[in-house]
Amino acid sequence: MSETTLGGIAGRMPKFIRRADPAVVTAFACIVVLLLVGSLYSRSFLSPEYLLQQLKVASFLGVIATGMMLVILLGQIDLSVPWSVATGAMMACAAAAYGPVGVALAIPFGILCGVAIGIVNGIGVAYLRIPSMIITLATNAVAQGLMVVYTGGFSPQDAATAAMRYLATGFTIPGVPNAVIIWALIGAAMVFVLTRTSFGRAVYGIGNRERAAYLSGIDTRRVVMIAFAVSGGLSAFGGVLLAGYASKAAQSMGDAYLLPSIAAVVLGGTSILGGRGSYLGTVAGVILITLLQSILSVMQMPEAGRQIIYGVVIVVMLLLYGRAPASR
Amino acid sequence: MKEWRYWLAEQRGTLLAFGIFIVMFAIYSANHPAGFTANVVQTAANKGVLLAFVAMAQTLVVITAGIDLSVGMIFTLTNCMASWLVIGTGLETAFGVVAVLGTGVICGAVNGAIVIYGRLQPIVATIATGAVYFGLALLLRPVPGGSVNEDLADFLTGRFFGFVPASLMALFVVVLIVWVPFSRSELGRAAYAAGSSETAAYMSGVPIRRGKFLAYTLAGLLAAIGGLFLTFFTYTGEAAYASGNAYTLFSIAAVVLGGVSLFGGKGSAIGAIFGALAFRTIGDLLFVFDFDPLWQPLFQGVILLIAVSLGAFALFRVRNRLEWFL
Repeated sequence: MSETTLGGIAGRMPKFIRRADPAVVTAFACIVVLLLVGSLYSRSFLSPEYLLQQLKVASFLGVIATGMMLVILLGQIDLSVPWSVATGAMMACAAAAYGPVGVALAIPFGILCGVAIGIVNGIGVAYLRIPSMIITLATNAVAQGLMVVYTGGFSPQDAATAAMRYLATGFTIPGVPNAVIIWALIGAAMVFVLTRTSFGRAVYGIGNRERAAYLSGIDTRRVVMIAFAVSGGLSAFGGVLLAGYASKAAQSMGDAYLLPSIAAVVLGGTSILGGRGSYLGTVAGVILITLLQSILSVMQMPEAGRQIIYGVVIVVMLLLYGRAPASR
Repeated sequence: MKEWRYWLAEQRGTLLAFGIFIVMFAIYSANHPAGFTANVVQTAANKGVLLAFVAMAQTLVVITAGIDLSVGMIFTLTNCMASWLVIGTGLETAFGVVAVLGTGVICGAVNGAIVIYGRLQPIVATIATGAVYFGLALLLRPVPGGSVNEDLADFLTGRFFGFVPASLMALFVVVLIVWVPFSRSELGRAAYAAGSSETAAYMSGVPIRRGKFLAYTLAGLLAAIGGLFLTFFTYTGEAAYASGNAYTLFSIAAVVLGGVSLFGGKGSAIGAIFGALAFRTIGDLLFVFDFDPLWQPLFQGVILLIAVSLGAFALFRVRNRLEWFL
C-alpha cells in the first residue's frame, strides 16, 4: 500500500499539489511531524519493521473508517460502530463452533451480522427519516443487548478460526502483513466506487443536497440504505480481523473504535456535513490517529492521559481546519 | 377557549410522557412484591432522579437543535470529583458542592464555546470533549473509591415526613430554580428560537449565540447535579466508561420519550423528566416480572429503538415527498 501510493503521488506531484485539499496536506504534514517527534523519542521509530507494524495496526481502523467515511459523505453518521465491531467478531467466532461448515462460513457470517445491523440503520435513516445519530445509537444498544444475552447464558466459543488469524496476522507476500493488503484492496475498491461509479457520484450528490439528488432521478433512499449496510458490514469485518489479531472476541472490543473512526475521517478533510472528501484524506487520518496512539503508548502514558490528549488533539485539529463556514 | 387549546398543543408531548409514566408506574407498583409503599417509591425515585437530571441537561442542548454526547461523561467526572471533595465539616462540604457544580458549569461552557464560537459540529465536538472529561475522571479515580458526607447524602436520598422522597423534592427545586427561569428568560426563548430556525432567529435580532451558550452551560450544571446525586446514592466515585455512555444514551431516549423534538425548538425539560422516569420504570418492569436481568440491556435497547421510531409517524402526514428531505 505505502509503496504504490507514495510512488503514485511522487509521479504526479505538480498536479497533486495544485489540486490538493489543504486538509489532506495538513494531515500528511502532521504525520511527518509525529514521525519526527517519535524518532526523537526512540531511534527505532523510523525503522521499516516498526512502520510496517504501525500500518498493520492501522489497517483495522482503516477498514472500519472506510465504512464510516461512506456514511459521513452522505451527511449522516454511524454511531453503531462499537457493537457492530463486537457483533461481527463474536458472531464469527460463534459460527466456528458449528463444525467444519461453521468454520468455513465464520467470516461471511460475521460480516453478514454487521450488514444486518447496517440495514436496520439504513431503513431507519432512509425510509423512516429518523436522524442517523439517534437510530444508530439505538441499534448499537440493541446489538449490545443481543450480545449480552448471547454470552450470558453459557460460555460461548470465542476463539478465532485459523482463517481469521491468517487474515489478520499472516503473510501472503513476504514482508507485507495480510491485514495491510486487505485494507489496500478495500481502499482501492472504495476509491473505484466513489470516483468511477454512479453510486459513488450519487453519494456525493446526496451529501451535498439530498433534495436535488432526488429530483435528478436518484433513488436516494436506496443509496443511503446501501451505504449504511456497507458501513455495518465493514465494521463487522474490522471486528473479524481484530478477533483474528487478538485470537479471540471480547464484548468491549469495539468501544475503542468509535471516536478514532470518526476522527480519522474528519481529520482527513471529509466534511462532517457530507458531500466533500477524498479517500486519500481518510488514509492520512487513519495513519495519523494510529501514530498518535502509538506515540502515546510508547511514552507509557496512562489511559487517562491518552484520553485527554486524544480529545484535545481532535478538537484542536478540527478548529484548525474543520470549522463550518460562518453562517452569515 | 383558544388559549387552552394552544396550551394543550404545546404541552402534548409532556402530557403524553406523563401518561406513559403513570401507566408504567402503576403496572410496576401493582406487580411489585412489596406493593405501593414508601420504600418502593423512594428506591424508584432515587434511580429515576439520576436519569432525570441528565435528561434535563440533554433537553437544554437538544432544544437548540444540537446534541451533547458528553453529558454522561460530565456526570461521571463530577461523580469522581464529588467523591474527593464533598466530605468533612459543613463548610468543607459546601465548598465541595460548589466546586463540583462549578466543574460542571465549566465543562458545559467549554462544549458551548467549541460548538458556538468554534463552529464545530456538536456530535464530533462533544464526543471529543467527552473523551477529555472521561480522561479527567480516570485521573481522579483510577480505581473506584472515595467517600462522601454521609449526613448530607442520607438527608438528600431519604424521605421527608416519612413518605416524600427527598430526591424528588430536590429535582423539583432544581426545576424551579434552573428550568423555569431559563425557559421564561429572553435567552431561553433565544435558545428555542435558534433551534426552531437559526436563520430566522438571527434575522429577527434574537441573541442566539448567548442563548445557545447558556443552554450548553446549564446542561453542564444539570449533569453535575446528577453526578453529585450519584455520589450521594453510591457513596463512592467510579470512572466507568460503560456507565457514562449508558447515561448519555438513556438521556437521549428519555428526551425522545418526553416529547422533545430532536430537530430542536420543541419540547420542555418537564417532559424529559417524565420521559426519564418512564424509561427507568419500563427498564425495571423486567425485575418485577422475574425476568433474567441479562435481558435488561436488550429490553432497554428495543424500547429506545421503538421510541425513536415513533417519530416516523409524522411521515404519514407528509403530502409532498420533497418534505422527506429537510
